[in-house]
Amino acid sequence: MSDPLLRIKNLKTWLGSKDNPVKAVDGVDLEIRKGETFALLGESGCGKSMTALTMMRLLPTSGRILDGSVMLGDTDILSLPEASMRSERGGRMGMIFQEPNTSLNPVLTIGDQIAESVKVHAGAVKSEINSIVVDLLKAVGIPDPERRVREYPHQLSGGMKQRVMIAIALAGKPELLIADEPTTALDVTIQAQVLRLLKDLQQETGMAIMLITHDLGVVSEVADRIAVMYAGQIIEVATREEFFNDPKHPYSRKLFESLPGKARRGQPLAVIEGTVPALNQEFKGCRFADRCEEVMDMCHNQIPVWSEIGEAQGIRCHLHNMDVVPVANIRKPVVQQPEEINKKPSTPLLSVDDLKVHFPIQKGVLRRTVGHVKAVDGVSMDITTGHTLALVGESGCGKTTVGKGILQLIRPTAGSAIFDGNELTELKGEALRKRRSDMQIIFQDPMASMNPRMLVGDIIAEGMQAQRIGNNRQERSERVNDLLSKVGLSVDAAKRYPHEFSGGQRQRICVARALAVEPMLIVCDEPTSALDVSVQAQILNLLKQLQDDLDLSYLFITHDISVVAYLAHEVAVMYLGRIVERGTVQEVLESPQHPYTKALLSAVPVVDQDSKRQVIHLEGDMPSPADPPAGCHFHPRCPEAVPECQQAYPQQVQLSDTRTVSCIKLS
Amino acid sequence: MPQFVVLWTDALIFLLLFMAVGFGLYAARKEHLRDPWRSVVESKVGVGTMVVLLFYVTIGLLDSIHYHPTLAEEEQSNGVTHASEVISLFDQMVTPLRVRQEKTYSAPLATHQYAKETIELPDGTQIRDFPRLLHGGAHLQRPEQEWLPDILRSVAIGTIKGGLLTLVVINILIMFSSIGTECGYGGQAKRMLLGQTAIPWRVVLLTLGVLLVLLTVSAELSLKYHLLGTDKVGEDVFYQALKSIRTGLMIGTLTTLVMLPAAILLGIMAGFFRGWVDDIIQYLYTTLNSIPGVLLIAAAILMLQIYMSNHADQFNSLLERADMRLLFLCIILGVTSWTGLCRLLRGESIKLREVDYVQAATAFGVGNFQIILRHILPNVLHIVLITVVLDFSGLVLAEAVLSYVNIGVDPTMNSWGNMINSARLEMAREPIVWWSLMAALMFMFTLVLSANLFSDVVRDAFDPRLRSSSR
Repeated sequence: MSDPLLRIKNLKTWLGSKDNPVKAVDGVDLEIRKGETFALLGESGCGKSMTALTMMRLLPTSGRILDGSVMLGDTDILSLPEASMRSERGGRMGMIFQEPNTSLNPVLTIGDQIAESVKVHAGAVKSEINSIVVDLLKAVGIPDPERRVREYPHQLSGGMKQRVMIAIALAGKPELLIADEPTTALDVTIQAQVLRLLKDLQQETGMAIMLITHDLGVVSEVADRIAVMYAGQIIEVATREEFFNDPKHPYSRKLFESLPGKARRGQPLAVIEGTVPALNQEFKGCRFADRCEEVMDMCHNQIPVWSEIGEAQGIRCHLHNMDVVPVANIRKPVVQQPEEINKKPSTPLLSVDDLKVHFPIQKGVLRRTVGHVKAVDGVSMDITTGHTLALVGESGCGKTTVGKGILQLIRPTAGSAIFDGNELTELKGEALRKRRSDMQIIFQDPMASMNPRMLVGDIIAEGMQAQRIGNNRQERSERVNDLLSKVGLSVDAAKRYPHEFSGGQRQRICVARALAVEPMLIVCDEPTSALDVSVQAQILNLLKQLQDDLDLSYLFITHDISVVAYLAHEVAVMYLGRIVERGTVQEVLESPQHPYTKALLSAVPVVDQDSKRQVIHLEGDMPSPADPPAGCHFHPRCPEAVPECQQAYPQQVQLSDTRTVSCIKLS
Repeated sequence: MPQFVVLWTDALIFLLLFMAVGFGLYAARKEHLRDPWRSVVESKVGVGTMVVLLFYVTIGLLDSIHYHPTLAEEEQSNGVTHASEVISLFDQMVTPLRVRQEKTYSAPLATHQYAKETIELPDGTQIRDFPRLLHGGAHLQRPEQEWLPDILRSVAIGTIKGGLLTLVVINILIMFSSIGTECGYGGQAKRMLLGQTAIPWRVVLLTLGVLLVLLTVSAELSLKYHLLGTDKVGEDVFYQALKSIRTGLMIGTLTTLVMLPAAILLGIMAGFFRGWVDDIIQYLYTTLNSIPGVLLIAAAILMLQIYMSNHADQFNSLLERADMRLLFLCIILGVTSWTGLCRLLRGESIKLREVDYVQAATAFGVGNFQIILRHILPNVLHIVLITVVLDFSGLVLAEAVLSYVNIGVDPTMNSWGNMINSARLEMAREPIVWWSLMAALMFMFTLVLSANLFSDVVRDAFDPRLRSSSR
């Protein structure tokens, strides 16, 4: 066991007023050793970021450190004067944040921004600075660094910006790099790049990384040791092998069970009922007791103590102390054969043919159109009643625009969308307004999709009112109550405001609102990506159950492959405005044919330790849809590209009844 | 029974009052509106300035109820029972101030005129000296000796009266607020005075006390003297300054009333519909904005003046003429000032129309008008409120500037701008007459300062960005 680099003892950070403090960090102990990757895992609102900010002493003004110590080597971070703390920050401890877009100053070149850090921490001579900056950019894998130093943040893509942030953090040659959700805002292929970069840099420099994340997949990819944080406390610490093979704490076990995936198809996901408790209360017992299935009487009135298991491993749970064998080891679910997808040859409910949505680029005083952003450029697909079509792709590929184009929220430029016998693109005015009740949409961010000024009851009733469902107030409010109970909320929710609900509950309200007008098709635009894993499971279960009960069809827009594997019947993979591969979920996920699908699937971090897969690393970023590459859009990044790819966009190849792929290699 | 006269501005100001009360009742039911107001009344600066503003508003409203007073029995002749002049309720209340005119300038609290005059003594000889005032200190036999003790006595009596009045008011307030609380009168009084209540009642009571004492002291003094002196024609300056409150308030509030419909309607339409609607509205306000405001105001006021002199028969009294000019000033100020708010609202609406809940409403087939009314308007209301409160003080100051360059309110109308304007000559005089200017500045300064402080509190409470950072 090497000596710990960082040792945190009984750290307590409180936020807010004196009378009613939020105990964001409430007695955290942890150790990070030299050169290891330590993952801090937990749902949002558990105090992960607050722990990191306390370590850097970057707390918001309302925050204060009540107790505890943070030792970096032999330095007591919490007792340092602010002047010397400045050299520690960004010096021995570097930090990168979740959102690279807001972490860089848009009016300075990236060279200047890296140089600033170099000047402060490396103490370099002026003439050397430029070459150090270029070396740093080279180290983080930015091509052509001599040119890039003079560029501004807006000229770089998200992945590039995160690399620049890493370069800035590296300038101080940190012994510990704190990465606060470094890949959450990035796409899977970019995420794979950044994670590999962090791993490589760690091997070169021997720094320790503290990785804060909520993503079990990312943890299993890179972490050496894992601490699970819940409601301001660490509840379990384990090595990666231990954690993934045999999680001890009921909460950790539940987290694994609530992950969607192929193995769980056709059965409801395990859910952790309720939400993380508010942190401004005095806890009498275990903080997880209210949501725990293995709860005992003592859990409610006795606070569990930290107990060590073996070397640097521990748990905070009464179950462990009592040496009770968990009631049932439900961790490894029986892998059920995925249910046969009945291929009904029925006529599709929605049939989209060659749909195009182009946004004009206008310039000059007279607003002449100088080009088009081809957000959606010829998309065709069918959705049958009661089925789910998943539309998969990275951000910016036009998935959401397809959804909105079908719903006529954005009028398509060309193509047709036939819904239940009606040509939607030609519907206008009153006819379109009437038709709207059959198609609904659920958005990614449940908070932004509800008017904060309206009562939940009015929000749900809005659609009914517009579509004249229910004759009077009385009837409508009865129906609102029905809907609320259908999505698992209590009836009194109707009299409250959206902000009084948690993220998962808000998304339930959004589902209820969509159901209010009795739709046949619901476009789900990443409905779970803003939610925590445990809450995601609740929503997915709800959607699945509603589909079974009401024979709904879903167009499920997502970037999360595990959700696709769990929920979808068919999959369409989208790249730069076009569908590159389409087929049933088994066909696409089991044997992807298009190189992009292969890369996308391989880049998804998986929890399962057994399946050692070869990650296909894609270089670079997705090109701009305003100026797509000639020929196959994917060829500049394609590992299997041949010169012919540049000639023309490949024809669609029909591989089976249900399957089409657009790749030159298959034709 | 007096014969009421409703001037245009009177009607509008009461309309505005009713709208404010209506909005208050509406806001009381909506949590998202009630919450920021709660934080306004829980701030010390907020309630302190609110009390000051309330004083001004009360005077302004009292001054906005106009009527022909009933003539006394002996003055009535052949059926004429009402005087031809129009006075306000406020005029009636301060009648002594209104009717006790001197001949010309006199300094504050003076007993003698400010300028020497040839006085004919009882024995027939003539001397040049400062003559005694007709009303100011007229009760004193030997002003040289009696003046100072008399002033001090009046101040003392005023302070005692004010103190007593304050005690009465405080007790009434405590009694009202203790209703419904279980701690009863004593407990409530203790909590209020120790500053333990959520609303800082201590500050309210303190401000109220200071204002009431000031009120009684000045009342006591102005019964015997001219508290702030008299102007060139011997009118009481204190009375003028008080009368100017109405003018200032009118300009500050009615302008808003004029500008709000245009700004809200056009701003939201431009932002929500985009396309050619947006183009037209944008061109409209950029064009309007590039015409110098003063020029526009001058042109409008001059045109109105010509119209009024050509159609003199349409106006029954000087007061009505002055009132029409005030209304026009408000309208033209409104026309020049809606662009700022309009631009803000357009930007916010552009943002809001892309928000998911507006998209969701569109997906439900909700009509455009409904979407604007239900989703956009309530979500821009905080901007409107902040702008209105912030603009108020600016408009009061603008009136002073415009009157100074003679394109403001009618010269016969009492306004701080007119007082400052006339002070231009008084300052050039030797010895200088400073009290007119000082009185105007003092009153205006108090109003604008409290309005500014109040608007700061309101903005802090309503601005979502400031709120999220403070919590």
